[in-house]
Amino acid sequence: MNKKCLSRLGLLVGISLVAFGALAQQGDAERGQAAAATCTACHQAYGSGMNVPNGESWPRLAGLNADYIAKQLHDFQAGQRQNATMATFANMLDDQQIADVAEYYSQMPLTLGQGGDQADEALLARGQQLAERGDWNAYIVSCQSCHGPGGTGVGSTFPGVASQHAGYISAQLKAWKTETRSNDPQNLMGAIAKRMSDNDIQAVSAWYATQSGSAEQETAQ
Amino acid sequence: MISCRRPFIIALTGCSLALGVAYAASVFAQPEERPDAALDMLVHEPPTMEDLENSDIHPELKKVIRYGHDLFTNTQQLRGENVFNDMNCSSCHLGEGRVPFSAPVWAAAITLPDFRGKNQHVNNLEERIAGCFAYSMNGVPPEYGSDEMLALSAYHQWLATGAPMYPDKPIFGRGFPAPDEPEQTPDYARGEAAYQNNCAICHQQDGTGHYESGEYVFPAPWGDGSNNWGAGIVRVDTMAGFIYQNMPLGQPRSLSDQEAWDIAYYITSQERPQDPRYTGDVAETSERFGPTFHKRSLYGQTREHDGHVLGDHENFGEKGDIKPWNVGMPRFENLSEE
Repeated sequence: MNKKCLSRLGLLVGISLVAFGALAQQGDAERGQAAAATCTACHQAYGSGMNVPNGESWPRLAGLNADYIAKQLHDFQAGQRQNATMATFANMLDDQQIADVAEYYSQMPLTLGQGGDQADEALLARGQQLAERGDWNAYIVSCQSCHGPGGTGVGSTFPGVASQHAGYISAQLKAWKTETRSNDPQNLMGAIAKRMSDNDIQAVSAWYATQSGSAEQETAQ
Repeated sequence: MISCRRPFIIALTGCSLALGVAYAASVFAQPEERPDAALDMLVHEPPTMEDLENSDIHPELKKVIRYGHDLFTNTQQLRGENVFNDMNCSSCHLGEGRVPFSAPVWAAAITLPDFRGKNQHVNNLEERIAGCFAYSMNGVPPEYGSDEMLALSAYHQWLATGAPMYPDKPIFGRGFPAPDEPEQTPDYARGEAAYQNNCAICHQQDGTGHYESGEYVFPAPWGDGSNNWGAGIVRVDTMAGFIYQNMPLGQPRSLSDQEAWDIAYYITSQERPQDPRYTGDVAETSERFGPTFHKRSLYGQTREHDGHVLGDHENFGEKGDIKPWNVGMPRFENLSEE
């Protein structure tokens, strides 16, 4: 482990201690599989989730950062992230089980994003622009400036958004925009979402749904 | 300048948290749309890359401008040749060099050639860009007239499309205007706490920035991956301006004046690669370039909490012994008698 990794670990531990002590817990993927039995109804056996047009889409969890997943579950429990369904299921898990299911899903290979296939060329072009360069006239910074090149996620704070379902991405961006979701550090996402139009949200959701979420997938194509 | 500083804030959200600033529809809003309607400044909205594609300029020039934009936003492609740290031009000049209060680079294209205090002679646009390579990128500039230099210049000049040369009004959003003087003298410990609370999640506790899967994401505010001691942003007021006007990303002017000054003081109290103008002695270098530059930085000063003398080292970062050819290059010697 190099110096940068160590410092990141230090940061992580630091944040965990302050915000949610349980995060420092070591997860076990095998135990996680057992605990995740209740998750599969929506998030599916391979963690793929599902895009549900005109309904509530279930996010892909496969390949997401374990500490990110764990933080979301703790936030559902604490009411810092609001979702009636998830509050119920998150409350069934204890701290160790949260660490375990987070580890379990983080180790799964990424699955494909859904819901971007119907987007026309102009919408995808706008999505790509917002993802890679942003629209600074409206002070919308690029998605990749935090979610990383290709939108594959950065550390445990900024989740991978490439290969996520369009329905889920747009629902979350609208939630940030209307402040029904606000469990981000320092309002980093909320500030940007508020400057995005409905068309911007649709565009960037479709774009990332059509992007592969990992370097390996890109090489394979 | 105070009355001009916050023209496009229309409301502050939150109270003491001041989590964000609501923006007018465009960050380039025209003076009459802004609360401070009396503002008599040059407001220029540079073209976007979409405008470039839709314009009827020569396809060959389009290619060169696109290359300039690509070099500007991914300067790391010159790593090991011209760039010897972890920065891109757009690490500091946010929004592809277009955005007000983030040192928009088109301003250089319409105000140069001009006398420059930092090196005490008349500089043109290429020499100004070369300075960024020597200091901010801790590197060695591409040659004057080279493809890279021409492409970068072309990008700067094209951004200035429609703006008057040598304008007779001050330029709206030029540079990194510093926030108002803080109530309390900037303080290292307060700055450290504010940095850890507001900046470390991206730039890391140790200031190394962040790479993900080998790709640049968040720039390093200090250390070997950052700009060297000769870069403009080591001046405390410039750093305070950058922070106040631009950070955290997406939330300009959300920090208080005091926080911006404290964080700037903390960051500029850290080590970074040596100033390429180093004479072999930090006190001598600091004295020689004090009047034109280092009087605004902490270079050569002793850090109170641990007695460390800033810049007292021979670490030039990744570039090692390589000397940037432009630093100290004599100019206009035949005119010196006039």
